[in-house]
Amino acid sequence: MAEATITRADLSEAVYQEVGLSRNESADLVETVLNEISSALVRGEMVKLSSFGSFSVRQKGQRIGRNPKTGEEVPILPRRVLVFRASHVLKNRINKSLSSS
Amino acid sequence: MTKSELIQHIAELNPHLYHRDVERIVTTIFDEISEALARGDRVELRGFGAFSVKHREARVGRNPRTGDAVSVSEKHIPFFKTGKQLRERLNGES
Repeated sequence: MAEATITRADLSEAVYQEVGLSRNESADLVETVLNEISSALVRGEMVKLSSFGSFSVRQKGQRIGRNPKTGEEVPILPRRVLVFRASHVLKNRINKSLSSS
Repeated sequence: MTKSELIQHIAELNPHLYHRDVERIVTTIFDEISEALARGDRVELRGFGAFSVKHREARVGRNPRTGDAVSVSEKHIPFFKTGKQLRERLNGES
């Protein structure tokens, strides 16, 4: 089975098929959904999507890293990273369909 | 923010849409992503991030409390990598 890549265009098409708005408006709404999630995360909020998973923001402290090429020590500055945890529903769905094949 | 709060926000931004349509839009998007992952496909949303599925081989693990060997069967786990633009926004760079 060749692995395909799904993009915004496929999500917009699904919304178009499912809801019956215009293609343009469907695409705009996909963008709005992603933007709303991003903005909540940038505000530091956790985003929980039941039966899909949750996104949360974790604060990382400063640590010393190394340039792997030169071996030189470089400080890695404190930063915020996004963590996604898939729900059990999603994990089960993926395992059921892929592990049996 | 929960899924229902997300739907509420989007409904407020789009007063011309029925609430139940907004619900269907949000549900469709995440169903579509889940379905793609269940097929083993990747989902790439530029600027936001990419979802993919990683394969984990079967292995012998241990019960950390008793030290007993337990076999862990092979599995597929969903994985998310944050997009560049969102990563920069989280750190106030854009």
